[in-house]
Amino acid sequence: MTTYYSKDHEWVAVEGDVATIGITDFAQSQLGDVVFVELPDVGKTLAQGDEAAVVESVKAASEVYAPISGDVTEANDALVDAPAKVNEDPEGAAWFVKMTVSDKAELEDLMDEAAYKAFVESL
Amino acid sequence: MADPAASGQLLDTPLHDLHVELGARMVPFAGYDMPVQYEGILAEHTWTRESAGLFDVSHMGQAFLIGPDHETTAKALETIVPSAIATLKPGRIRYTVLLNGEGGIVDDLMVTRPAEPELDGRLFLVVNAARKDVDFPMIAAALPEGVRLEILDERALIALQGPKAAEVLASHVPGADEMGFMTSMDGAFDGIDVKLSRSGYTGEDGYEVSVAAGAAEALARALLSHDEVKPIGLGARDSLRLEAGLCLYGHDIDETTSPVESDITFVLQKSRREAADFPGAARILAEFNEGAVRKRVGFRLEGRAPAREGAEVLSADGARIGVLTSGGFAPTVGAPIAMGYVETGHAEDGTPVKIIVRGRELPARVSSMPFVEHRYYRKPA
Repeated sequence: MTTYYSKDHEWVAVEGDVATIGITDFAQSQLGDVVFVELPDVGKTLAQGDEAAVVESVKAASEVYAPISGDVTEANDALVDAPAKVNEDPEGAAWFVKMTVSDKAELEDLMDEAAYKAFVESL
Repeated sequence: MADPAASGQLLDTPLHDLHVELGARMVPFAGYDMPVQYEGILAEHTWTRESAGLFDVSHMGQAFLIGPDHETTAKALETIVPSAIATLKPGRIRYTVLLNGEGGIVDDLMVTRPAEPELDGRLFLVVNAARKDVDFPMIAAALPEGVRLEILDERALIALQGPKAAEVLASHVPGADEMGFMTSMDGAFDGIDVKLSRSGYTGEDGYEVSVAAGAAEALARALLSHDEVKPIGLGARDSLRLEAGLCLYGHDIDETTSPVESDITFVLQKSRREAADFPGAARILAEFNEGAVRKRVGFRLEGRAPAREGAEVLSADGARIGVLTSGGFAPTVGAPIAMGYVETGHAEDGTPVKIIVRGRELPARVSSMPFVEHRYYRKPA
């Protein structure tokens, strides 16, 4: 499994043809207490950069963008009832969606862990 | 998702270094670099409702109106506010609004008549940070000869709010726990001169302490040394006041909204309504007597999705009837709430409405406010 990161602070873990998408620990720390998560319907086709989900903290609403193109195969409905999981385990149990990888070349637009870490430190 | 770094033009309050030391996340607010949160908005909100929270509100504008006697000073202020100030008793605080000529709200503010006889002729004013530059020139321009405005730039304002505030504060200012809500006195906090008001903007019992800037950090540290007290940021201040049904200037009230539309008619004392001698009296009294076209109301949303400022409100049959002016997740309620304006015919408690969020119609109901009962201290008779 390889994990990639976007400049919008999403992570993408790719295993075979399945990509799992979530937001990074940095993203959740910036958002603060998450109180609402809206997920896409299974089957929805997303292009890279499309709005994939919405995450709201006490203060504000933020969009989660699809870091790659593909079809949504699964949504983590547990987050809808327990949005605080996003703060507790953003890069583990609190994944947002699983999707197909329709164009592996798009992964090259993303960062690896070391590059993302450097990116966050530069902010 | 990161906020862009703010410009270097921001002002600091006397507690700025303390906020940074306590690990606050600082954000620009009304021209000041202010703490939005420390450990997290939910935890800070709940802590304030259950124990006591310390808020730095030093960005707000403090000033004295100084005249020869109470009657003269109060009458000067009454030319620009609709509340009865002349009849305010010593040591009492009144919430009121500055009005423009059309009866719109220029700002909301607290007016205190000092308890001390030697301070007779003074009124202590606290106005919103973002409105200082509008309010103070407006007030100064309204004053007759013999009454002057003294802006208190060198003072901090610290709020201590929550059910444990009284016992904590009384350990530093003896007798503070016996003050009635909306009363004020000058006192000594461990030897530091303070103007102490039993008031606040969270819906909880609490105090606001005005103190010289140089003594503010020592006072804040003394309060924070109590296990019952934690520092609270602007994020929780906003969620607390929203649950309490209290207006935030520039959002829920502004120069276009009147006190009747914004449902704060308690600022219109009967003697002033009868005299009809305040700015915009014609509009305000017509609305008071016949009803305004729109009214500020609360909303409770049925799902979990928060609706925020600017969201449109539709009637059950889909007609646009209003707009939200504040909204978000309410930690103590445990659900999303909002406030906004609707056409008066739809303002009744329980009226079903739809609120548009990201193109979707969220079911909600008009709700009376506050959303969380006020727990102000009432002095035993």
